[in-house]
Amino acid sequence: MADSGSEDIAVIGNTDLTPSESENNIKNTMVEKGTNLLKRMEISVAEAEKRTGKNAVNMQETYTVYLVETRALDATSEGTTPVPDSLWRRYSEFELLKNYLLVTYPFLVVPPLPEKRAEFVWHKLSADNMDPDFVERRRVGLENFLLRVASHPALSNDKIFYSFLTEENGWKETVFETGFQAKADSRLKALNATFRVKNADKRFADMKHYGDELQSVISQLLRVRARAADRLYGVYKVHGNYGRVFSEWSAIEKEMGDGLQSAGHHMDAYAASVDDILEEEEHYADQLKEYLFYADAFRAVCRKHELTQYELEMAGQDLTSKKQQQEELATGTVRTFSLKGMTSKLFGQETPEQREAKLKMLETQIEEGEELVKERNAECEEFVKSAWVDIERFKEQKDHDLREALISYAIMQISMCKKGIQVWNNAKECFSKM
Amino acid sequence: MSGTIVDNNASSLSIPTDIAGHMLDLDDDDDLEVFSKDTREGSSFNASMQTSPGSMINQYKFEEEEEDIDTKDIFVTVDDPESYVTAIETFITYRVVTKTTRSEFDSSEFEVRRRYQDFLWLKARLEEAHPTLIVHPLPEKFVMKGMVERFNEDFIETRRRALNRFLNRIADHPIFSSTEDFKIFLTADVGALTSHKKQGPGFLSRMGESVRGLAATVRGVRNRPEEFTAMQEYVEAFGQHISSLDKVTQRIVREQKEYLEDLKECVPTYTLWSNSEEELAEPLRGMASCLERCYKETEEQVKELNDNLNPTLHEYVLCTETLKTVLRRRDIIQAEFEAKTEALLAKHADREAIREDLYKMEDRLEWANNALKSDWTRWKKVMRTDLRSAFMDTAEKNVNYYEKCLAVWETFLLSQRTDAEGTQVLDSS
Repeated sequence: MADSGSEDIAVIGNTDLTPSESENNIKNTMVEKGTNLLKRMEISVAEAEKRTGKNAVNMQETYTVYLVETRALDATSEGTTPVPDSLWRRYSEFELLKNYLLVTYPFLVVPPLPEKRAEFVWHKLSADNMDPDFVERRRVGLENFLLRVASHPALSNDKIFYSFLTEENGWKETVFETGFQAKADSRLKALNATFRVKNADKRFADMKHYGDELQSVISQLLRVRARAADRLYGVYKVHGNYGRVFSEWSAIEKEMGDGLQSAGHHMDAYAASVDDILEEEEHYADQLKEYLFYADAFRAVCRKHELTQYELEMAGQDLTSKKQQQEELATGTVRTFSLKGMTSKLFGQETPEQREAKLKMLETQIEEGEELVKERNAECEEFVKSAWVDIERFKEQKDHDLREALISYAIMQISMCKKGIQVWNNAKECFSKM
Repeated sequence: MSGTIVDNNASSLSIPTDIAGHMLDLDDDDDLEVFSKDTREGSSFNASMQTSPGSMINQYKFEEEEEDIDTKDIFVTVDDPESYVTAIETFITYRVVTKTTRSEFDSSEFEVRRRYQDFLWLKARLEEAHPTLIVHPLPEKFVMKGMVERFNEDFIETRRRALNRFLNRIADHPIFSSTEDFKIFLTADVGALTSHKKQGPGFLSRMGESVRGLAATVRGVRNRPEEFTAMQEYVEAFGQHISSLDKVTQRIVREQKEYLEDLKECVPTYTLWSNSEEELAEPLRGMASCLERCYKETEEQVKELNDNLNPTLHEYVLCTETLKTVLRRRDIIQAEFEAKTEALLAKHADREAIREDLYKMEDRLEWANNALKSDWTRWKKVMRTDLRSAFMDTAEKNVNYYEKCLAVWETFLLSQRTDAEGTQVLDSS
């Protein structure tokens, strides 16, 4: 942890991408090739650093900043690799960007951020946000997020996104100036909609259900996998004890000594090999987690559909009731019970002038209502169309990515088995010399 | 305490206290032959060595080379556990099959049924007759850890294997395998065995031995030869290491079993997931099936550890106790001899009688020391073979385990890569 100096910087990351990360990058760019932003620039989150400073309430805090690097692609075709532009961003700024995108493009499945706090950890150590492994995985996740946005046909063109990548100062203010927060639907409204929508598009209802299932099953998988990883770690590490005892035992043996000693080394190697294995397992878990969080974004789109549908229906209901009022006033008949009707019966009818005024008002309102319904209808249709396109795109991406994740899991298992075969063959060789 | 000489005519029922009597049974020619094979140097008792039981042991070749399978002339197996129910008790009997070409056996094949108690009896007899020879341990009466029930299948199988190993060790031992007790154990019917058992050493003689033993222990050994001290140190250290290995192995088994539990839960989760997917359904089902197969392989691997490495290590933990006991007995014999030597110096001692006893005890000590030394070498050889093959087998099994799992995942990978459109089949490095 950094100490009390106000601008202590400790570099805890490095600029080199590990092979798995490069692969990740390449994968992501391949997935949405031919989309706009990534054609023009290279994006990466190259480093992570710890900073300390005073926060809003003037208290000392330690936080991590991430280096966002961008490099124009067309320059490289000339054979020179220009120095990348870069700026530092905190996790909270990434969050702000994401929220902005969520509100501004409610009909799109917005890519998720890596988790804020480490969950589903198998190893108690990595539950700490300041833990270097956690920070490193978060760095990769943030890069992934940017690449996903940059490769999305619609999102990649967003100006706020572009300035996030290119303008360090004043970006936050720019975001707030868009007034996006005002557009955010209140939770209550959204909740209301879920319970009262009459004619939701069935496809969206199915999709929402799917999102629920996906979230539940991935959570379960992550939990179980974490426990299994913990156990496997234990099994491998206990073998290290063989190494220690063989070594001690070999000291009292004449003929068996050499064989025991060398076998012991292989047992140590076996115990040590689990660290690499589990690191790769974490990578698999991260891929699952991304889709766990995607499920949220996915469900958000479905909820937004319900909301727009709800508002359309509300507008429609409102219009219908106004038309009914008009009819009642015009014909003097009371079809439906209304307090107004009753009171006017009890306390006498209105004057013809009052009625005339009312009718006029209603006419205006009805006109406005019809306009509103038309608007909302169009909104709804537009939403359904755009959302459905993006959902289809998302489905394809998900199928592709998760299949790739399963494949890399298999590759990891294969590598683990091969290492096991090697170690135990070597050990057997040593044992035979006992 | 004395022991029986390897003389098939000698009755093992009576325990002579005087070894010298048995020496008269041997041919002088044989003794001379034996004497020339005696390569021990610096022995000040060479003269009496030619007729001492110690040199008899040499006749049976405790060699450095591995015993040739071809020279093995007796084969025993313990199998077929069965419940035997009487009005009073229920117990398990095992079938003991013997195939032999030895002339002292009336026939070449025998089949008897024996219970655990019978094995205990045999072990006790051999220990009594040869206090400084190393008898392979028997499996314990009850397994405390894990609270295994006596009639549980796994327990019975584990015990059967251990009994089989025990009996085979006895059969492989040049001296033990030639004892009358062993022969009776292998061949007598239940009735004959029971009556033979009843003719065991008298209670009093056993009492007398333990009292003498106690006195000697209290007195302690004064001049223990260096090699026996070295043995004791080795046994202490070996005991610690083997004990550690036993514990480590048990821990591995425990952790593996818990891992299995967790692995098991993964399978239905993938299956559940595949139910909500379309394109992904097939690969997810594939994952579930891979994990299921790996689960089964892991189960087998744990079983192997449990059934082979674990019991072998445990037996050698028990061996350590046996070795300590044998060393202690040898110490007692030496202590008694030293006590007698001191008695000779007492003022009013009956020098004649004491000297007579002293010679006998000296021989006894020499004989015990040589027996122990030879058997020690033999034991070390057997230990080395046992542990080497136990560890090799474990390593082999682990290799097989990983090979099988490798095949499972490679098949899965192949199926995924040929299905996916547009992806190249890369080298699985």
